[in-house]
Amino acid sequence: MLPTFFVGTVLWAALRRVPVYETFVTGAKDGFETAVRIIPHLVGMMVAIRVFRDSGALEWITGLVAQWISGIFPAEVLPMVLLRPISGTGSLTYMIDVLRTHGGDSWVGRLASTIQGSTDTTLYVITVYFGSVGIRKVRYALKVGLLSDLVSAAASAVAVWLVFGPPG
Amino acid sequence: MVSALWLGLLISGFVAAAFQGKIDIVTQSMLKGAEEGVAVALGLISILVLWLGVMRVAEEAGLIAALARLLRPLAGWLFPSVPADHPAMGSILSNMSANILGLGNAATPLGLKAMRQLQELNPDKEQASDAMCTLLALNTASLTLLPTTVIALRMQYGATSPTDIVAPTILATAVGTAAAIFLDRYYRRREARGRRGAKK
Repeated sequence: MLPTFFVGTVLWAALRRVPVYETFVTGAKDGFETAVRIIPHLVGMMVAIRVFRDSGALEWITGLVAQWISGIFPAEVLPMVLLRPISGTGSLTYMIDVLRTHGGDSWVGRLASTIQGSTDTTLYVITVYFGSVGIRKVRYALKVGLLSDLVSAAASAVAVWLVFGPPG
Repeated sequence: MVSALWLGLLISGFVAAAFQGKIDIVTQSMLKGAEEGVAVALGLISILVLWLGVMRVAEEAGLIAALARLLRPLAGWLFPSVPADHPAMGSILSNMSANILGLGNAATPLGLKAMRQLQELNPDKEQASDAMCTLLALNTASLTLLPTTVIALRMQYGATSPTDIVAPTILATAVGTAAAIFLDRYYRRREARGRRGAKK
């Protein structure tokens, strides 16, 4: 898919007499500037997430929520739901952990995979997207992102149930 | 709100560590987090440079304009404040297309480009515009049809049919994206009502 798109685009452009290499370099410069511009935002957020996770605060909050939600949503996947919006690699690591413990064909394994695939790291997206243009007042964007993550997680459980039958 | 969450994460982490008497963990975590932040940004350089380069070529070749025509009715409804012939519309449309195909690496630079172009239309450079919020809602909900990384990892961890989660993923993504679009509109209306109320 990707190589076809890449080569196809360059070839198409060349046929339309676009100076392909020069055009590529001009566009590519923007990429470097953007990456450098987001470093402060990323460092700030990563530090907070690390402190939150390594200190055991995440675990403690997960334990608290698990009591409320057991029976409705499998507790094995709950930390991932909380982790998903704040750390993409964190939730991916957690998904791998679920797959390894319960097996790739397990119900919870499929649920974890579906959640990982159907949502994005809201906090990272907000940080990078708004940070790159210097937006500081994000209005309701964080609320919308986090709420739709919750909806996606619930919808994932329903979808896995619909496709693979009830848990167990 | 990001500021409040940031403070919340830091303070609760600090308190939790202090409570367990292992406060030096915070020092290590801060340094590690900073290192990770830089590493992620540096890791993004290659993909950002590559894709923005290719997308510039695609743009010059008229590919984006062709794609934009196809999805324009939908985007026109989602982004009423962006003029149909503004370059931001093209970037938004390609960002959406890349997300749909699961090309997350391509979607991000395109989304960032759309943001920059939306910022040109934005009267208040410090506050997100309506269109920026909608673009973000679409991207955080992640309109995905093919979760490539997840499939690869499932392969590695012994799933007999690694792609069997594609159907539930599409279902969940559709519901999540619909919710994001609805919530975006709902909170915008509420904010507008609040402003009118404050003026009275």
